[in-house]
Amino acid sequence: MMLKALAKGGFAAFALSAAALLAAAPAFAEVVLHRGNGSEPQTLDQAHTTIDVEANILYDLYEGLTIYDEAGNIVPGDAESWSVSDDGLTYTFKLRADAKWSNGDPVTADDYVYSFRRVEDPKEAAGYANILYPIKNAEAINTAKPDAPVDVSTLGVKALDPKTLQVTLERPTPYFITLMAHQTALPVYRPAIEKFGADFVKPGNMVSNGAFTLSEDVANDHITVAKNPQFWDAANVKLDKVIFYPTDDQAAAVRRFQAGELDLNYYFPTDQLKQLQQSLGTDQVHMSPSLATYYYALDERQPPFDDVRVRQAMSMAIDRDFLSQSIFSGGQLPLYSFVPPGIPGYTPAAADFGTMSQLDREDKAKELLKEAGYGPGGKPLNIEIRYNTNDNHKKVATAIADMWKDLGATVTIVNLDTKSHYAYLQEGGMFNAARAGWTADYPDPENFLFQYISTNKTFNYGGYNSPKYDDLMKQSYAERDPAKRMQILHDAEALLMADQAVAPLMVYASPWLVSRKVHGWQDNAANQHLSRFLTLDQ
Amino acid sequence: MLRFVLRRLLSAVPTIFIVVSISFFLIRFAPGGPFNLERALPPQIMTNLMHAYQLDQPLWVQYLHYLWNVLHLDFGPSYIYRDFTVTELILQSLPYSLEIGSFAMLIAVVGGVAAGVFAALRQNRALDYSLMSIATIGLTVPNFVIGPVLSLVFAVGLRWASAGGWGGGGPRDLTLPIIALALPQLAIFARLTRGSMIEALRADNVRTVRAYGLPARVVVVVHALRAAILPVVTYVAPAAAAVLTGSVVIETIFGIPGVGRYFVTGALNRDYTLVMGTVVLIAVFIIVFNLIVDLLYAALDPRVRYD
Repeated sequence: MMLKALAKGGFAAFALSAAALLAAAPAFAEVVLHRGNGSEPQTLDQAHTTIDVEANILYDLYEGLTIYDEAGNIVPGDAESWSVSDDGLTYTFKLRADAKWSNGDPVTADDYVYSFRRVEDPKEAAGYANILYPIKNAEAINTAKPDAPVDVSTLGVKALDPKTLQVTLERPTPYFITLMAHQTALPVYRPAIEKFGADFVKPGNMVSNGAFTLSEDVANDHITVAKNPQFWDAANVKLDKVIFYPTDDQAAAVRRFQAGELDLNYYFPTDQLKQLQQSLGTDQVHMSPSLATYYYALDERQPPFDDVRVRQAMSMAIDRDFLSQSIFSGGQLPLYSFVPPGIPGYTPAAADFGTMSQLDREDKAKELLKEAGYGPGGKPLNIEIRYNTNDNHKKVATAIADMWKDLGATVTIVNLDTKSHYAYLQEGGMFNAARAGWTADYPDPENFLFQYISTNKTFNYGGYNSPKYDDLMKQSYAERDPAKRMQILHDAEALLMADQAVAPLMVYASPWLVSRKVHGWQDNAANQHLSRFLTLDQ
Repeated sequence: MLRFVLRRLLSAVPTIFIVVSISFFLIRFAPGGPFNLERALPPQIMTNLMHAYQLDQPLWVQYLHYLWNVLHLDFGPSYIYRDFTVTELILQSLPYSLEIGSFAMLIAVVGGVAAGVFAALRQNRALDYSLMSIATIGLTVPNFVIGPVLSLVFAVGLRWASAGGWGGGGPRDLTLPIIALALPQLAIFARLTRGSMIEALRADNVRTVRAYGLPARVVVVVHALRAAILPVVTYVAPAAAAVLTGSVVIETIFGIPGVGRYFVTGALNRDYTLVMGTVVLIAVFIIVFNLIVDLLYAALDPRVRYD
C-alpha cells in the first residue's frame, strides 16, 4: 500500500486532482483520442523544441499566426489576414478579434512581440532560434557574445495596436509565411512565464491559445490535453481529450494498436509494412511520402572523391529500387533529386541518370570510373561507408557496399552511435561516404538547398564548394517573383545533382497507424495532423 | 551493531565519491555531446546552449561545480528533457520502478526458493528435472523475447491484460511487466536454492536431527533451509538493486514510466547529468542492499557477529 501511495505521489497527485475536477463535469461520454506519438517530447517550451513529436503536441496546445490545415497546407491561424510591403520587407498581421488564451485573456500583438524576443534572447538558448533569423536583427541579437549586453527590443517586431502585428525582415524572405507556422513561432503567455519561470510548461501553470490545454504530463507515460472552451473555433473541435503516449518501442506500439489501446500511432517498423497491411488492413496502415530525404554525403575534399566522375559513378551504381523494395518494402520511394517531391510550386531537379535503367546506370558508372582511372586495370578505389547504428541503416550500407564492390571498389563499413556519428561529421571529420537524413523545417526547397552553400559549415559535410551554386542561391534570396524564384532554386538543384555533391537515395515516408474509428485524417507531405481536425467514433 | 552500520554508511561516502568521479569523466570521453543531433544546430546556437549549461567551461571547473552541487543534493538540469531537473525525473519515475520491482522481487524470491526446495527434495526425479528445465529456460530466454510473447498472448490475443502503459496502475496493466521482470530472477533463485539445499540436506546437523526423528517439515524448513538460504540471501542484494532500479527493456516494451530507461537513454543521448544521477542512484541501492544482506547474515548465521 505504501508503495502504491508513493507511486501516486508528486506529479501524479496533480493527475488525481485533475481527474477529480473532470469527474465533477456533467456526465456525458467523453471523446478521448489515444495517440501514440513515437517518442517522449524533450520539452513543451516553444523556445526549446527541436523535434516533430514535440510539434505534434505543441500544435494542439497553441495556435500560431499561420497553421497547417488537415491537408498540410499553410492557412491563416491566429492571424486572419496579412499584407506584405512592396519591397517584401514588412509583414503586417491582423489578429483574430476572438483569439483568446485559455484563461480568457485576449491574444494580442504584444504576446507575439514578447514570444519572438524570448526565442532570440541568447540566454534562452533556443535550439531553433534560426527559424526566426529572417526577422530584422534576430541573428545579431541571438549570436551576441555570451554575457555581452543584448537589447532584444531591437528585434523587428512591433505591436501597432493590440490586434495588429508588424514584422520587419532583415532581407526578403519569400517563405516567411511558412516559417510563421513553425512550432518555434507559437506564442507564449507572458504572465505564466513571469510567474513560474521554466515551470510554465507544467500542467496547471500553462496557459495556451490552441484547441486544447495541458492537463497531465507524466514523463515517459502520457501527456493529456483537454479541449479548450476558450478557443475561437471550439465549436468545431470534436475531441474532448487527446492522450499522447511515447511509443518508443515500435513493435510494442503495434501491439497496443492491435489491442485497441491506441487509435493513432506515429511510426511502425517499416520492414513489416506488408505484414501489417495484411493483418490490419491497408486502410489502417498509412505510409505517405514526406518532405524528408535519406541520402549519402560524399566527401569531395579529398581524392578520388573530388572527381565528379567518381561521385557520379558511385551514385549511379546504387540500385535505389532494390533499397526501396527489399529493405523498406516499398515504404520509402527511390529519390534522384535532393529536394523530395511535394512542395507546392516546385519541381525537383533530378539527376540525369534518374531516367536511365539500372543496368544502363551500372554500365555508365563503370565507364566513368574507367575514364577517371579507376576500376579493373586502373588505380584501386577504396571506399569507407560511415553510418549511425540502426538496423535499417546497416542493411542499406551493406547493400550499397555490395553494389560498389561490383564497380571494383574495396568497401569498408564503419558504424557509430548517432551522437558520435553526427558529431564527427559536424566537426568537419574527413570521410568518404556518410549516411545522413534531412527533414524539412518548412515546406520550401530553400530548406534543403541552403545546406550546400559553401559557407555552411554545419550541414555541408562533404565541403561542396561551387561559386556558381552560391550565386544561384544568392539570387533566389533576392527574387520576389515566386515562379522565377522556384526556377532559380530548380537550377541550383540541377547543378548540385550534376556535381553529385550528395547522393540522394530515398524519400522518407511517414508511417502512421490510423484506426478506422478516426475520421478527418489526410496523409500529407508536411506530415502535420492537428488533433482539432480529427473526429472519433465512439 | 549500530557502530557497524554507521561505519558502513560512512565508508559509503568515499565509495560514492569515487563512483561519481569515474563516471563523470568516463561519460565525457564518449564522442559528441547532448546537443549533437541528427539535425545539427548552427554553431552560434550551439554556443548559446553550451554557455547556458556551462559546458563551455574547462572540464575540471565543471567537475568541481558538479561535486559542489551533488553535495547539496542538486543533480542539475537534464540536458535532453529540458523541462525537468534530474532530481524531478528520478523522483517521478522511481516509484513506478519500485512498485513493479518489489512485486517482481517478491515473486522471484518466494517462487524461486519454493521451486528450489522442491527440486532439491526430489533430486534427480521428474519434478526436479522439469522445474530446473523451466528455470534454465527462464534464465536463457531474454526479457525482450518473454515480454513481447506475454503481450501477444495475453494482451493482443486473449485481451486479459493491457499491451502497454501504466494505465491506472491496476493488475490489468502491471501483471505482465511484473512477471517478465520476475522470471529471470526467479530462475536464478530456484537454481541457487536447489544447489545449496542439496548440500544442506546432506550436512551432518541435518542428518542428526533427522535421526532424532523430527518431522520432515521441521527438518527441511528449520534446519536445512536456514543453512541453505545464505548463498540465496547473498544474491538478493545485487538482484534487488537491479530489479528495483528498473529495466530499460521491460519499461520500453510495456511502456512503464520507470527509472531504468534513463540509465540507457541518458548515456545514448549524452545527457551527462541524467547518467550521473542514475549512476548515483544505483550505487546507493547497491550499498544499501549489501548492508541489509550483511545484517541478515548476522540474523541467520550464529557464527556471524558484527561488533
